[in-house]
Amino acid sequence: MDAILFLLFATLAVIAAINLVVQTHPISSALSLIGVMASLAVLYLLLGAEFLAAVQLVVYAGAIMVLFVFVIMLLNAGAEKRQHSRSLMATILGVPLLAGFLALIAYIIRTNLPKTSPVVFGSFKQGGPQDIGRALFTSYVLPFEVTSVLILIAIIGAVVLARKEI
Amino acid sequence: MFYLVTVVKAALIVFVILTAAAYMVWLERKVLAHIQLRLGPTRVGPHGLLQPLADAVKLLTKEDLIPPQVNLFFYMAAPFLAVFLALIPITVIPFGPEVTIFGYPTYLELTHLNIGVLFVLAVSSLSVYGVALAGWSSNSKYALLGGLRSSAQMISYELPLAMAVAAPLLMANSLDFREIVNTQAGYYLGFIPKWSIFQMPMPQFFSFILFMIAAFAETNRVPFDLPEAENELVAGFHTEYSSMKFAAFFTAEYINMITICSVATLLFLGGWHPLWPADLGSSFLPTLLFFGGAAIAIFHGLQPARPMDRFTLPAVGVIFGGIGLLFLVPVLQPILIPLFWFLAKTVILLFIFIWIRGTLPRFRYDQLMRFAWTFLFPVAVLNLLVTSFLVAVTSK
Repeated sequence: MDAILFLLFATLAVIAAINLVVQTHPISSALSLIGVMASLAVLYLLLGAEFLAAVQLVVYAGAIMVLFVFVIMLLNAGAEKRQHSRSLMATILGVPLLAGFLALIAYIIRTNLPKTSPVVFGSFKQGGPQDIGRALFTSYVLPFEVTSVLILIAIIGAVVLARKEI
Repeated sequence: MFYLVTVVKAALIVFVILTAAAYMVWLERKVLAHIQLRLGPTRVGPHGLLQPLADAVKLLTKEDLIPPQVNLFFYMAAPFLAVFLALIPITVIPFGPEVTIFGYPTYLELTHLNIGVLFVLAVSSLSVYGVALAGWSSNSKYALLGGLRSSAQMISYELPLAMAVAAPLLMANSLDFREIVNTQAGYYLGFIPKWSIFQMPMPQFFSFILFMIAAFAETNRVPFDLPEAENELVAGFHTEYSSMKFAAFFTAEYINMITICSVATLLFLGGWHPLWPADLGSSFLPTLLFFGGAAIAIFHGLQPARPMDRFTLPAVGVIFGGIGLLFLVPVLQPILIPLFWFLAKTVILLFIFIWIRGTLPRFRYDQLMRFAWTFLFPVAVLNLLVTSFLVAVTSK
């Protein structure tokens, strides 16, 4: 059952990710991205990280992407025009170079990373809100605070930039 | 056995929710009519009780117009998405405690999720897509403005909503609906219920009010129904929709109302726990209420104001009396009485939604936004701070 769900949503995530690049209209691309995020949330859920799954939906799909879609609608951006004239180099060398690049990455991963045991669905139990909160405020408190300050700076910057225009 | 029970429960819940949504429309029209000294629907069935059925048939058989300028894929997907995202949160909402039906112990809910509250918030934050996409894909200025207003409004009001939800969660120390309800069991001094709105150390009364205000905005209801302001935007985001696709948006709105009222009941009003303890006789309240209703109906049936009342009102009386008797059967009591209290609280909240629609005018758009950001949000933050301070001080 877990394996079927994993394959289903992993395929969905990959298809949505490809669709995101292929689509010409920004709204279609944005919605494909939401598809990727929702599929990833289901994968997190399968791995036992239910808090992370919910936060993935709330923050990425529910807040950030709504803002993206909102801006696209507000600007009324139409479908972009693709240039069909590719250079001769890209046509000839493109596919072999891509294959070589992928092979290189696969080789590095196989040789450098330690041997890992396969993931067992449902074996991980420390994904609840309490566990995440405890980890965030004990072992990861410095990165957490640094990120908070960074976000605060971004908010102040946004307010300052917006105020200039009024 | 587990799969069978789940399928039966899912079918039952979908049936009940969709019927309830249809009858919410009837209730709303009736209550609004009586507030405005009208009669409301009276033609189809006694007291217009079959009106939802007639509406459904009408909407199903109407011509399904698709305007030529729409973006077809998103235009078709939007109503589907709206109903889909409205129905999903129902799956994690518990309606009662653990019960035994035909010797099989089960919970009165579809699935148990230990992050139920977060799940409901996550899915409801997605529901803005249905409205926004409908507005955008219709390719018409009224629909686009409605969709944009709706997305802006839902993003703005989601913050105070989440803040208001966080305060009772701090007291319950859980994200699990079942556990949250269990922490609200018991009574102070033997008769004051330990519901979140009365619970020490910080009665969550303000959170409840904040939650309800934000809930009105989230479900696009008066006084925050700017996305479908008729006198400015024709019908807002669903201007270009007809037939069953229009009905889908309508149903989604009512299902969202039911969901958000259930969540309010679970978080603030003690879920299925009665208002006063069972040993002071709270188990007899449903019977008394139904018998009272039956007596009034039969009394008016004996002195009919309209000719048909001679038959319809006694029939209603007999049905009410029968339901009242059901609450006295000892086998059914552990199922029916928690369900009664849960439904009673939810229906009262739903009635308040309708009541406010009948009494308040609509906000202006800038007032709506200013209210969210300069009043509701700071108050919600303050409430959360005070609650967390008191919880931290009093916890061992």
